[in-house]
Amino acid sequence: MLEAEAIGRALRRIAHEIVERNPELGSVILAGIPSRGVEIARRLAGIIESLRQIRVPTGVIDVSMHRDDVGTRAELPRMQASHLPLPLENKTVIIIDDVFFTGRTARAAMDAISSFGRPARIQLAALIDRGHRELPIRVDYVGKNLPTAPGERVRLRLENVDGEPDAVWVVKEKT
Amino acid sequence: MNTLIRNGRIIDPANQRDEIGDLFIVDGRIADQSAIRNPQSEIAEIDGDNLIVCPGLIDLHVHLREPGFGWKETIESGARAAAAGGFTTVVCMPNTSPAADSPSTIAWIKDRAAEVACVNVLPTGAISKGLMGEELAPIGSLAQAGVVAITDDGHCVQNNELMRRAVEYARMVGLPLFDHCQDYNLVGSGVVHEGYWSTLLGLPGWPSAGEEAIVMRNVLLAELCDHHIHCQHISSAGSVRILREAQARGVKISGEVCPHHIALTDDAIQNFDTNAKMNPPLRAKEDVAALLEGIADGTIAILASDHAPHAKFEKEVEFDAAPFGIVGLETELGLFLDLLVHKNKTIDLPRLIEMFTTNPARLLQIEAGTLSPGRAADVTLIDPELEWTFDAKASQSLSCNTPFNGRKFKGRAVRTIVGGQTVWKL
Amino acid sequence: MTEPGKSEMRWQRKDLLGIRELSAEEIVFILDTAEAFKEVGTREIKKVPALRGKTLVNFFVEPSTRTRTSFEIAAIRLSADVINISAGSSSLTKGETLKDTAKILEANHADLIVLRHSSAGAPQFLAERLTSSIINAGDGAHEHPTQALLDLYTIRQRKGAVAGLHVVIIGDILFSRVARSNIFALLKLGARVTLVGPSTLVPREFEKLGVAVSYDIDEVLPSADVVNLLRIQHERQRKEYFPGIGEYIRLFGLTKERAKLLKPDCLIMHPGPINRGVELDSDLADGAQSVILEQVTNGLAVRMAVLYLCGGISA
Repeated sequence: MLEAEAIGRALRRIAHEIVERNPELGSVILAGIPSRGVEIARRLAGIIESLRQIRVPTGVIDVSMHRDDVGTRAELPRMQASHLPLPLENKTVIIIDDVFFTGRTARAAMDAISSFGRPARIQLAALIDRGHRELPIRVDYVGKNLPTAPGERVRLRLENVDGEPDAVWVVKEKT
Repeated sequence: MNTLIRNGRIIDPANQRDEIGDLFIVDGRIADQSAIRNPQSEIAEIDGDNLIVCPGLIDLHVHLREPGFGWKETIESGARAAAAGGFTTVVCMPNTSPAADSPSTIAWIKDRAAEVACVNVLPTGAISKGLMGEELAPIGSLAQAGVVAITDDGHCVQNNELMRRAVEYARMVGLPLFDHCQDYNLVGSGVVHEGYWSTLLGLPGWPSAGEEAIVMRNVLLAELCDHHIHCQHISSAGSVRILREAQARGVKISGEVCPHHIALTDDAIQNFDTNAKMNPPLRAKEDVAALLEGIADGTIAILASDHAPHAKFEKEVEFDAAPFGIVGLETELGLFLDLLVHKNKTIDLPRLIEMFTTNPARLLQIEAGTLSPGRAADVTLIDPELEWTFDAKASQSLSCNTPFNGRKFKGRAVRTIVGGQTVWKL
Repeated sequence: MTEPGKSEMRWQRKDLLGIRELSAEEIVFILDTAEAFKEVGTREIKKVPALRGKTLVNFFVEPSTRTRTSFEIAAIRLSADVINISAGSSSLTKGETLKDTAKILEANHADLIVLRHSSAGAPQFLAERLTSSIINAGDGAHEHPTQALLDLYTIRQRKGAVAGLHVVIIGDILFSRVARSNIFALLKLGARVTLVGPSTLVPREFEKLGVAVSYDIDEVLPSADVVNLLRIQHERQRKEYFPGIGEYIRLFGLTKERAKLLKPDCLIMHPGPINRGVELDSDLADGAQSVILEQVTNGLAVRMAVLYLCGGISA
């Protein structure tokens, strides 16, 4: 569906929008959701630095322990320790995820952030928005809209994470 | 009703018989062929084809739990279980409530047995009052009341002086003495064999030395007092060695083995299964091997079950809290056939029968365990090839605390006859 | 959110009964999960909703304040509702069996039961009968899995890895569930273990488990990377085992003198509570080599991980 070049363009678009909508770049924190959200946040920070010569701090938000479906899943996701540059007061935390789907991950991320402190604003950026949201959450910065059917899965590969060139494609779930 | 058991393999070790033949029962007694030549009498015929016909088996270590513990077992249900296992005589232990330390309790047991038991029930009396190991029980009166032996089974007299006097006294009245060999200090709160598994699991160990110390004590006292002491449920290699050495010198000491001590080893407790908790405990492979050797060379000449029923709610507790023991009457024969005759080929069938008939009868000095004409017709018919699976829920015993539920066997008693009457058949 | 396609270990146990049945992989998984939970303790709001709506019962038939408090805090941080039952206040004193008491807890929707009991095998007994998650907080002399896990976590954190280290456990081993769980865990992760103590409390039989046994503490200390001191237990001690505290200190106590034999980076550990001056010199307990307080903090993270993992498995 998407190849490295298209992904790169999408990331640059997000970075530009972040810069436009956040004149106080010094108060922005990019909080990536592991694993690929963290890599995307790292790349965005790099692009923003090349645009404005400001190094925006990044962090990690592990959402596993904040999910609303603990106890109903057959397997538990692997956890990582979270890390956010503190304090969060007066800051704009931008949650960075790779694929926005139902919105539950974003909700869990907001929940997680609230246990660290109370930022002035929380925004959400996603490389891919595939639709079918189940909660009233909207994505502030979208790299690419990718309409999908509910039974399909979006697969993403990023070079630094998966050891393969960047790529996005859609797979039909086997029933 | 007179009976003819036709064409069975008659194994009667007391009379050195092992041959195909017919067995006649007239008026509840074993009869000569000539006694039945009366054409007017009705004869029930039992087909003994491919069956072993032997004297009714004797189990001299059974807990019938009455008086006092009737929810675990009653004399009636225990007797039925015995019959289902092929046993025509059981010797019941005195750790009842009240303990069998008075003639009145013995009378109660005998009366009850006469009323409801379908097999012969022979009571034992206590060595010490209340089984407390402090004062002698009225052994002479117990002898007169009809006990066949004295024992504190369940408990063990620790005071060697008291035990010595008990042996002397028992000698006077002509009663054999049975002993549950356990040194309370060495054993402490032990619940499983002291060895690899107790170390691994952090359970208090029951060292073999705890049994051996008392077996040794009994050898010395049997020698000192010149009277027979029978060591119950021998479980350790060391005990076998002590018995062998003493017997070689002519000391009047004997031992018995229970099937679980050769069927299982101490790894059976690794999941804290309370049906593997017994006293003495299951031990290691080396001990099993020594017990088999002891049976093979005659050091151990008697087999018994130590049938110890406990209610489900009593056994379904945490391991520490569970009472010791398992039921055994209905699996005993199957297990010994399997382990001694079929699998390990330790002994042959006639020897197995002997260990259940001639030998216990001799120890107890009772007229049983033979098919001599004139004797009460206690007969067991065994199908040595019959394959069956033990279903604890279908057992005659009130309790089903056994680790052998679902186990497959080859060989089973198919008919049990007491005094000429069939009290159980498959 | 998508997950990278690594072949991952899946946690599949609803209970934690002991270390003996865990694979090395599972142990490492718990430790890794504990890392994440340790971080929660550094947040401003030290709470995550992972066990929200779940009820956890601390069923301490054998009393303990430290371990119970640790589990309680761990559960609260996971947003579980916590109930504490001790033997004295429970219906066990009225003769109700353990099984019946536990069945009632289950009927009251106890999702997790943390059990400490003086009977080995009691947690397994409950796990076989209840759908609730059973967490063993110590059963007789058998196992104390969360203690071993937090000990290993501490070692791993300080030393980087457990494999190849020489861990010396000193004290009453025979009656110690902490010792057993530690032995199993350390061996599974590739450490070398030596047990030291009076021969009555450290029988040679232990060698069959794969550890070394020594009665000469001075000989063993110089090669130790970790020294784990066990409390000399008065409750279970009988005078038949060793003749008293004075003798113990002389032969096996980690005195200041003896501590000089240790490598400078050797860790000193103790599951607590410490008998200062008996198992170890009071100053050593607070000294640079001691990680005793870290053990406690790590205990919280490890217990959170265990509760999260076991409580999170759908029944």
